[in-house]
This record gives sequence, structure tokens and C-alpha cells, in this order.
Amino acid sequence: MVGSVFKRIWALLVGLKETLGYFLGTTILGKPITQNYPEERRTPYPRFHGLHMLLRDEEGREKCVACGLCAAVCPARCITVEAGENENGVKYAQHYQIDISRCIFCGYCVEACPVGAILLGGDYELADYTRESMIYAKERLLQE
Amino acid sequence: MISVIIMLVKIIAVFVVLLLCVAYLTWLERKVLGHMQVRYGPMRTGWHGLLQPIADGIKLFFKEDIVVESANKVIYVLAPFIVAVCAFASFAVVPFGNTLTLFGHTIDLRVADVDIGILYIFALGSMNVYGVTLAGWASNNKYALMGGIRSSAQMISYEIAMGLSVIGVLMLTGSLSLVEVVKAQSDIWFVVLQPVGFVIFLICGIAECNRSPFDLPEAENELVAGFHVEYSSMKFALFFMAEYAHMIVMGSLITTLFLGGWQLPFVDIGSFHPSSPAGQLAVALIPMGVFGAKVFLCLFFFIWLRATYPRLRYDQLMQFGWKVLFPLALLNIVVTAVLQMVNLL
Repeated sequence: MVGSVFKRIWALLVGLKETLGYFLGTTILGKPITQNYPEERRTPYPRFHGLHMLLRDEEGREKCVACGLCAAVCPARCITVEAGENENGVKYAQHYQIDISRCIFCGYCVEACPVGAILLGGDYELADYTRESMIYAKERLLQE
Repeated sequence: MISVIIMLVKIIAVFVVLLLCVAYLTWLERKVLGHMQVRYGPMRTGWHGLLQPIADGIKLFFKEDIVVESANKVIYVLAPFIVAVCAFASFAVVPFGNTLTLFGHTIDLRVADVDIGILYIFALGSMNVYGVTLAGWASNNKYALMGGIRSSAQMISYEIAMGLSVIGVLMLTGSLSLVEVVKAQSDIWFVVLQPVGFVIFLICGIAECNRSPFDLPEAENELVAGFHVEYSSMKFALFFMAEYAHMIVMGSLITTLFLGGWQLPFVDIGSFHPSSPAGQLAVALIPMGVFGAKVFLCLFFFIWLRATYPRLRYDQLMQFGWKVLFPLALLNIVVTAVLQMVNLL
């Protein structure tokens, strides 16, 4: 009886020690796990699903051939592709736009693309004020 | 005339300092809780969030003051005032320092030296429950009513054990005046002579402040916010301030009754009477600092408990109050009395 009471009180003290340990660890030794977001930004992992990038090949040409597979596979139906032909008779995307407010960043478009023209990049700060500005045209998506 | 002015200055000074402490206790609580959960707490308003209490105050001040349509208006409005007045008025009898000699006047560092200081604080603490219970009832909201009822039930159970736990101290002091209690601890603090009384008083004090793990009256996950669900704006702020003021009063009371008040261990500051003004100031300020430090430690402990323990269940709370604390407090009185009879204390 007495032993179990002391055991319980001991358990309470162990609990106190635990929280004090965290307190001292945060205050004196280390930093909290919090990141002060606008000042400190996390670098996304290589395979992070952020904003799309349209890639170029080594000679700086757009890789996209406007086959429309990405638009077809997109479960959120946020990709619109209009094909056109350039002076060499090669198909290219005349219009290519992604409605980021619809996109669920699943990455199916990346998997579907036969020429590896699209990739999900690391940009995650996509908040904006209007729906219109959430629609990204080709120029905004093209890799620099 | 001069004594009236001194009195007024003391009242205003104590009130302002107490309000400031209440404001920054909220900051301290959020900060300490944050650090115990490995995060920062307030960081944006001012350096390490130091302006947060002021921002909160301004926000609460400009919030819409809603009075519930079906509430009992008079009591609804009155309740937060009862709570706030009781919490703040309790501090009046707390001796937060020894004496201050200024321009030949000796000023006692307490607002009022009431002979029955402890009874006064207990009385106001019980009045506080009226505010909470009436707030819960007048809101005409079932959650608020539950919070109010829980509060009154909890107070009744814990106040008895609390009152009994102090009796040991009173037997050792032979006085109900808090000033005398502090003076009696110049050799040895009562926490050494009355360890059981101290623990019981500490637990009951936390229950009395409605602090976690005894925060049943405002159990967020069952009662939304308990007795103050229907309150907004400054009425809510009054409850909030009263809760923290109550914490400070409880910390001061624990300090005064068990931790030696403004006395330093091993050094009897009260016996020093330096003649130089600087020395006199030091003799006045050091006890105040000591008192403040002890109260700070108590408050830190309260916050520490909140970060550590989950809330008790209602029946556990009652069982603990009546079946553990109450008999222990009685036993403490008996043992103290017997030891005093045989001249061991």
C-alpha cells in the first residue's frame, strides 16, 4: 500500500523531470523544432512535389511536344495544352497552362510525359490573391 | 495627511505592479509552455514576443461585447467583477517586503496589515467561487452551468483541506496575521516544519486557482471553455486577468506561509537597521526581490505542472480531495499539536 503510493508519487516526479528536461533543452542548449518561417526557409527534398517546371533540352529548346498525355492523365483536370507546329514542322505547345489552384501535385503528369518535359520543382510558396493569378501560363513554368 | 498619501501611493503602486505582473504572467506561461513543448511561444510582437500581452489587451478591448439574449443580465454583468475584485483585493494583505524608510518615514511594505490576513484571503477566495458559479448560471448555457457547478463543488472540497493545512502554520505562529507568519520564519521556514501541510496547501492552491491538472471548471475538451463560454471582450478579459491574479496571490500565499515570505535563508534581514540612505534602500529592496523571486518560482512551478499533467477526472478529483487530502490535513494538525505539546516544535 505505502509502496504503491510512493511508486505513484515517484511517477509524478519523473513526469516533472521530463518536461523540465525539454524546457532546459529548449531554453539553454538547443533550438526548438520550430522554424521561423519567413526568415528561415526549409530546403525541400529533391523529390518534393512543388510547382511544375517545363524543361528545356541541352540546346535550350522546349522539350514538350504537346502530345497532351499530361492533360489526359491529370486527375484534377488542371492542365490545358494546345498544340502548334513550328517552322521546322515539329509539334510544340502553343499554349500550355496549369491551374495551380486545382492541381493536387500528384505527379501523374511527370510520369505520363513521354519526353520528360515536365517536372515537379521545389517552389511551394504558391499562395496568391486571385484565382486568375493562380493559372500559370507556359512562360511562368518554363525553366530559365 | 501624509499617511493617507502614502497609503494611496501604496495602493496604486501595488495595483499597477500586480496588473503588469498579470499581463506578463500570461507571456511567461505561453513562453514556458512553448519551451516545454520544444517550440518558441510568442516571437513576433516585440523582442521574443514581449509586447504580446499589450497586443492581446488591445485586441480584447476592441472586441464586440456580447451580452447573451437569454442571460440574466444583472448577474451576467456582475459576475466578472466579483471574480476580478476578489482576485485583486486578496493581494492587499500580502506582505511583499519588510519596511522601507524614505525621508524619515517608515513605510510598511504591504497595503494593509490586517490581523486576520489569512482569513481575509480565504474569504475572498471563497467569494471568487460565487463569481464563477454565477457566471456559469447567468449565461444560460449548459456548458457554462456545468463549469460553474464543477467549480463550486471543487472549491468546497478543496477549501476545507486547504484551510486545515494552514492550521499547522497558525499553531506554530500563534497569529492569523501574515506579517507575523513571515516574522516567525526568520530562523526556519515552515516548509521544513510543516512539509505535509505545504504539499496539501500547494495542491489545494492549484485547485483553488482552477489550474491544470485541476482545471475542471474550464475543461476545454468537454465544456468548450467552462463558465466563461458566453463572455467576450473585456468581460472575458476580467475573468482571464482574475485567473492570473489569483495565481499570483496563491504564489504569494505559498511564499508567505511556507517559504519564509521576504526572509532570506540563514540571514535575518529584519534585524539590520543601517543608517545610510543607500543601506536603508537595500534593506527594503532585497526582501522585495527575494519575495518576488520566490513567487516567480511558485508561478513557474504552476506552469510546469500544467505542461506535465493531464486533467483529473471529476470523480478522481473528488476522491482525492475528500479521501486523501482531507484526512491528511487532519492528521497533520494532530501530529503538529502533539509535537507542540511535548515541546518538539
